[in-house]
Amino acid sequence: MNTIKVEGTDKGHVLLLGLSTCIWCKKTKEFLESNNVQFEYVFVDLLESEEKDKVKETLKKWNPACSYPTLVLNNSSCVVGFDEEKIKLELLI
Amino acid sequence: MSSEVSEKEIEDLYKKIKSAADSGGYILNPDNSFTLALIEGLIVNEKRYGYQACPCRLASGTKNEDLDIICPCDYRDQDINEFGACYCALYVNKAVAEGKQKLKPVPERRSAERKDSSAETVSTANLKYPVWRCTVCGYICARTNPPEICPICKVPKERFEIFMK
Ligand code: SF4
Repeated sequence: MNTIKVEGTDKGHVLLLGLSTCIWCKKTKEFLESNNVQFEYVFVDLLESEEKDKVKETLKKWNPACSYPTLVLNNSSCVVGFDEEKIKLELLI
Repeated sequence: MSSEVSEKEIEDLYKKIKSAADSGGYILNPDNSFTLALIEGLIVNEKRYGYQACPCRLASGTKNEDLDIICPCDYRDQDINEFGACYCALYVNKAVAEGKQKLKPVPERRSAERKDSSAETVSTANLKYPVWRCTVCGYICARTNPPEICPICKVPKERFEIFMK
């Protein structure tokens, strides 16, 4: 998966699957940035169709509703939507 | 994103959405920068896909598959009722608008509900006129064809389905 990396404190592997037009994805991204969390993100709506399908498959595994934003943590858990409290708990912020 | 959409385009669409909301009794999110960012997303999607797909959902690029998520989407009213806001929170209820209710993430109700509407059974009662239902607001009317625009929520006639005939 071609992701964009944002430097910060290592809190484990943090992957944000989002859409470029989605305000809650933007808020999630800004939240991670302002808390100096190291993460990777991908805006699925901007991908070419083949790559898009692949990422959608990955997303489905974590979040069957296939909604955005979805945050995948350490390849083991996920947070659906901009759920600030839950993200804080998971990342110990 | 802002480079492709002008202030004027955002302003124009805002006015249009605001007046439709006012006349139908809907409330736009009073957080202006938030609302304008969503409206910008709608314009980006209009340019990209040819229709104003929900900014917070992934559009397929095929209008017919996405009719339910063209803004205002088919899920708006239910989500406002249940959670105080539509999925994106472009539309909110009075309590949220007045700051008396806190916004929480609205779960996606789309995929579970998505169905092939052609497979759905329509009640038949041999009516003189078919009954049309607006899939966005539930407005019902009995006439040969649906109205060009829903008189309540202002969506175009393609958003009507036959409810009974
Ligand atoms: S969730 Fe809100 S902004 Fe998104 S399409 Fe529905 S009504 Fe429009």
